[in-house]
Formats: sequence, structure tokens, C-alpha cells
Amino acid sequence: VCIHRVRSCSSIRFIKSKYVCVFDKSALKFSHQQRLFRTSAVSCGQIVQFKLSDIGEGIIEVTVKEWYVKEGDSVSQFDSICEVQSDKASVTITSRYDGIIRKLHYNVDEIAYVGKPLVDIETDASKGVASEDVVETPPMSHEEHTHQEIKGHKTLATPAVRRLAMENNVKLSEVVGTGKDNRILKEDILNYLAKQTGAILPPSPKAEIIPPLPKSETVPAAPKDKAHKIPVPVSRPIVFSGKDKTEPITGFHKAMVKTMSAALKIPHFGYCDEIDLTQLVQLREELKPLAQLRGVKLSFMPFFIKAASLGLLQYPILNASLDESCQNVTYKASHNIGVAMDTEQGLIVPNVKNVQVCSVFEIASELNRLQSLGSAGQLGTNDLTGGTFTLSNIGTIGGTYAKPVILPPEVAIGALGKIQLLPRFNGKGEVFKAQIMNVSWSADHRIIDGATMARFSNLWKSYLENPASMLLDLK
Amino acid sequence: MVLWSSLKSCLQLSCILKTPKADFRSTTSGGLIIQSISNDIYQNLAVEDWIHDHMNLENRQVLFLWRNSPAVVIGRHQNPWQECNLRLMRQKNIKLARRRSGGGTVYHDLGNINLTFFTARKKYERMENLKLIVKALKALCPQLDVHVTDRYDILLDRQFKISGTAAKLGRTTAYHHCTLLCNADKFVLSSVLKTPYKGIKSNATPSVPASVKNLFEEDPSLTCEMLLDAIAEEYATQHQIDHHITLVNPADETVLPGISNKTKELQAWEWVYGKTPKFSVSTCLNMVYKDSVIDVKVDLDVKHGRIEVCNIDLPEQWLPPALCSKLVNSFTGSKFCPNEITTLATTLLRVCPQDDEMHSRWNLLCENMTRLM
Repeated sequence: VCIHRVRSCSSIRFIKSKYVCVFDKSALKFSHQQRLFRTSAVSCGQIVQFKLSDIGEGIIEVTVKEWYVKEGDSVSQFDSICEVQSDKASVTITSRYDGIIRKLHYNVDEIAYVGKPLVDIETDASKGVASEDVVETPPMSHEEHTHQEIKGHKTLATPAVRRLAMENNVKLSEVVGTGKDNRILKEDILNYLAKQTGAILPPSPKAEIIPPLPKSETVPAAPKDKAHKIPVPVSRPIVFSGKDKTEPITGFHKAMVKTMSAALKIPHFGYCDEIDLTQLVQLREELKPLAQLRGVKLSFMPFFIKAASLGLLQYPILNASLDESCQNVTYKASHNIGVAMDTEQGLIVPNVKNVQVCSVFEIASELNRLQSLGSAGQLGTNDLTGGTFTLSNIGTIGGTYAKPVILPPEVAIGALGKIQLLPRFNGKGEVFKAQIMNVSWSADHRIIDGATMARFSNLWKSYLENPASMLLDLK
Repeated sequence: MVLWSSLKSCLQLSCILKTPKADFRSTTSGGLIIQSISNDIYQNLAVEDWIHDHMNLENRQVLFLWRNSPAVVIGRHQNPWQECNLRLMRQKNIKLARRRSGGGTVYHDLGNINLTFFTARKKYERMENLKLIVKALKALCPQLDVHVTDRYDILLDRQFKISGTAAKLGRTTAYHHCTLLCNADKFVLSSVLKTPYKGIKSNATPSVPASVKNLFEEDPSLTCEMLLDAIAEEYATQHQIDHHITLVNPADETVLPGISNKTKELQAWEWVYGKTPKFSVSTCLNMVYKDSVIDVKVDLDVKHGRIEVCNIDLPEQWLPPALCSKLVNSFTGSKFCPNEITTLATTLLRVCPQDDEMHSRWNLLCENMTRLM
């Protein structure tokens, strides 16, 4: 242990004699030295060669695996600079200094040597605060702001954080540090200040400080429910702003942009209605255990899908496709009904093939398969292509009426709202509890007219409101 | 023998976090043994991160014991496509995790135990830890022929690897962790650790394959619990502390504040796949289409887990050139992930001319492309 301390000291010696050994545990001493260093190197940024320190176990060379900084970046003490690897050990190299990276001595995958320079850092004395201020502040209060020894617990904070605390008259000893080794971070100071002033911080993790307002202005504190905290007007209020984040649109989202842009070229018209599912709810309750015995989870969707297919038999134009030049319409023979699914990636629409020849149970079984593949991110191309008509059960998340967008090359889509228990009047004029769901259809007005959509919807509705009627038309 | 206690009732860890020096009087000298109650690889790796970042290990050392449900764990700088059969793992629901330490790829299941030795950076010493394990094994089972190699492996009968090692060094703390095969599924292990992907050129750290054996095969009476116990006992002896194992719940924010963020980071695609060093794929797809085989040359550059450059050499007019370039263009910037490629290609198909023949060719090409991922 002693030996390697001496080594590091000697390597630093020819740079700055006032610097204390890096591995010195008493950071208090270190900070003192740093303060002195600043005042003596007041205006020039001094280039310091930061050498790769001893890794241990007699290792003399490592491979540089990843740089966390690039030339021109500014770093604070303890920020990670790079990751190196040696014989199954991955080592995070952190910066000893505050400053700006001026040179990286190695590229990724190159071999770096212990004791040789890793990066050049231009140590920077002036970050908007003249170093004279540092010297003029009375030594006692400056102590408060640099280090606190409370019950043997040392407070670590980078110079930038200390400056922020000082500017806002915050005692480091009163702030809870949430960084590495209980280091006090900028966020901790900001949180502390927010509690003092009652200001509400935006949720952004990187809060920038805008220069404080002139002393004459005061900021009224946000109203609080519990009156035990009296808002204290602060003479130098802090205004925070989050940082915008821009990223390119790629992959799946890029494809969605293209698809949705094409979809909006279709002249949509909407048609909405209310369905009384009271009887269907009861039917499903009876059938659920039967399906469970066969290993299938039965939701409402298989009924909606089968009823839609029965409706499409009567109104095949809704299961058609218009070609690009709008010259021909193709009536699709198969009812491949798509079911919109919300996954981590976003909206995907796998479809159940040939619903016209499937039983409700078969549809339920297929839905189970698609759902488990969907949530595992393992849907195949066959499941995701060839759809002719789509249903979107947005009601499982919430909502009543919607305005769904048709997915080309289809010509119609239905969005199903949530099922709600609502009061309705029956034939005798009595109020009863009804299970009501709303449906919102959108159709391509170039080939579908309102009357067709309305009649299809009425037929679909009648199958669902009176499930027994489906039996008459089931093939 | 073994004393168990819930971490909440024993204030040790929270004391360590808040006032490191103040607590030293209340704990016995320099050692702590903790065991995770979770079998989730991400949660357990997060505990390692948490201890590494938040515990003061100047005067104490920690031994962390953990086991995971089936998972493949790659080293910090490795390429999962080079190391394991991702396709098979997806089918079998075997998770993929990237740890923060270096080294090679390992397979975990409940028949494998993991040991992490936390020390101050200066006290980082892998050999000592491995010798401790060997000593514990020999105490438990004297006829075992186990020894430590200079590559920090533990070999059984001089030829079978039963333990792999890796380490992580930070500014003030370090940890050395290793596996130990008690009763793992060797069949699954060998099938998932064999990559089917061809044509990959990469500077990522390669794994060194080795023949493995379970300790259970030498002595059928051995269980994971016995091994954990024996090692904890030896650690307690060597550190002169009570043989007392504290249980840790990696989902408990009150004891480990910030742990759920660490878990999320480790689960994120950007970490698991996105941290793969730049690599290229140069291969040939042999697509079977209507009684003939179409050879398609594919060249991809993948950076941060995303396709940076994509070249697909299709036979002339097999797909209309406009469509082909549309597809290639959409691949660029996309994640090198079969799900991403499938969903983007099928979505894009909606705005292409509606021609069944063309659609089936498009789908075929996509399916073959996803087989590379």
C-alpha cells in the first residue's frame, strides 16, 4: 500500500508540487491544497497529464475499452473518464481534477500502460467565478462551504457544487448527499433549496441554473396544504430549466411515420354507436370456465371479432382494398381481422387469419397465442401481414369514443371503448343496470358510404346485444 | 451454525450508508455476509452496483451470496451475438444480462451459486478469495480435487472448470465475483453458450470455452445451500466475524435507496445490447423460394446495437429496386433486433404496392435477415 502511494506522488511531483497524493484518504487536506492551487494559477489553464494509476495485482498494461469523454468535454473531479480492461477485470478510471479534456492518449482497443499519461486535462480556475472571490471570503464560512466534519462524517462535494452552495448561502452540512460516497451533487443542493422556498422543481434530472434575479424581487412560495410551513420569501430566487433532448427517429417509429402519413391521405368518415353488452357479459361468464378447462383465456374480443366477420359477409366492401391509383377495388376473400396491441415498442397489429371459418373458441385460442408472442416480442412476419380489417380495443386502457385511423391498405377500422355500468330504460320504461360499450368506426369515404357503415354497425351490434342470434348465422 | 436475519430489523446496512464511521462500534470487525432473496439476475446485479457505489469499504469487507433463475451473463465488453444463442434463449425465455465487470460469458441457473467479494480498492485480491473457496470446498468434501489456476479459474479433477471469475474496480472500492457449478443444467448451458451467428467481426472480448462439470457429479450429496453455508463459514472464520448471514431484498427501496433505478438501467436495451462494441456482419443468406435457393450477400455495420450501414445484394429485379432501397433505408438506424426488424418491415409493407408475390418475397427477406439477430 505504501509503495504505490509513493509512486503516484512521484509521478505528480513534476507537475505541481503543492498537490497531495491522490490516494490520500483525507479529502479535507486535498481540498485545502486545491484552493491554494487555484489562487496561485489564477488566469492560465494549466495542462495536467493525468496518468493511469496502479490497478493492483502487478498489472502493467490494460486495454482501453470505452471513453466516456471526448476532447473538449469538461469534467469534474470524480467523473468517469474511461473504462479499461485487464484480465477479466473492468476498471473505471475517474478524473482527479476539474477541467477540460484536451487530449486522449489512446484509442479504443489500444493498450494503455500504468504510469503513462492517459489524458491531458486543462485545469480550469475560472468558471464564471473569479478566484479572488475564493480568497476574500472569510475563512470560517469558506470552511463551511468546502467541508464539514459532522460526527466524523466528511462531506464531499466538487468545487462547482461548493460554489453553488456558497452562492445560495447553503450549508453543506445540512444537505443530504445522494452521490457516490455520499457526495453532495448539484441536484441535492437544488432539492434543499426547493424545500426552503417551496418552489416546485421540474422533473428533469439535469437542472440548469440561470443567473439569479436582482435582490429586490421576492418570489411567493407555492401554496401548501399543511400550513405548518411558513413560506419564506427568498431574495435571490433560482429559476430552473430542463434540457431538451433530441434524438433521431429510427426503425419501427420511422416506419410508423410513413404508414400514418399515408393513412391520413385516406378521406376518413366516422360513425359511432352504443352497444348494450349485458347479455354478452353474462354469456362470457358462463363460457369462461369452459374455455379455461381447454387452456384458453376467453376475453370479449373473440366475440367482437366473430360478429365483425359475420357482418363482413353481408357487407364485403368493408373487407376490401383500394389500389394506389384508385382504379380498382379488391374484395378480399379472407377475413384476416387485425387486433391492435400495445407493446413496449408501440402499436403493432397482428391478425387472426380466416375468421370466417373459425369458431369463437378458435379465435380465442389464436388471440392467446398472438398475445403471448406479442408481449415476448416474438411475432413473425406472417402474423403481422395480410390483415384486411382491424379492431382496436382501446377500452382496456380507457376511453369511450375515439377517432381511429385506418391502417392501409384496409378501408375500415373500429375502436372499442371501455365497458361501463350505466342506467338505461327498458321496454317497460323501468331503469335497469346496463353494460354499455361505445364503438367508433372509421371508413374510407372513397368507396364506403355512411349508410353501409351504419348498417354494418347495426348488424354487428345486434349480434352482440343478442348473442343467441349469432347462432342462426354461424357457418 | 447459520443465523439468518431480515435486513430491516438489523440496521446494519442503513447505518453503513448514512454514517459510515459512526457505525463501526456497533458491528464486529470488518466483515459482513449478505444473501439475496431474489433470483432475478438484474436485481442481483443491481445490488452489486449499489454496494459498489454506496458502501464505505475502507475498513470492512462484504461477501454477497446470490443465485439466479436461468440467465446468460456476458462481460462488460462482450458481444452477445458472438457469445450465445440469442434465438434459443428467446424461445426458452432465458434472460440476457450484461454485467459491469469484465471477463467472459457464463450461464446461471439455480444450480449455480454466485459469490461477490467486496473490498476497498487497495485490498483487491482475487487469489485469496479463490483460495478461500477451495478451502471451504475441501473442508466440506475432503476428497475433492479442486485447485485454482493462474487464470483465476477453479478446476475439478485438473480438467473441468467449475468456477469463472470477473472483477470490477472503481475509484475507492472493488469487487471480485465468481460462479460455482453445483448442479446446473449442463445441457442447456452448452446449447445456449454456442453461437449460431456467422460472419461476425468484432474486437469485443472473446470468451474462452472450457469443459465444465458440476460438483454434484463428484458428490451427489452436495447442494447449493451446503456450498453457500460452507463458504460463508470459511469467510466468517477468516474475517473473525460471526457466521451470520443477513438477507437482502433487492426490491426494497427503503434499505437500498435508488436500487430500482439501478435495476432498470441493467434491464434497459441500451445497456444489454447497446453497449456492444462496434462490429460488422458479413454473411450470405440462403433463402429458399419456390424450389430454388437464392443467395443474398449481406454486409452490416452495427454500432451501439444499431445498424449503421446496411448492404443487401439481391438478385437483379427479385424485388423492385425502389422497394429494396426503401427497405435498406429503413433498416439503417434500426436496432439489430429481430422484433424491431419484423415490426418495421411489416409496417412499411402497408405503404408498398399490394402485390401478393412481392409481399411474400419481402417477408421472406425479412425473416432471413432476422435469423442473423
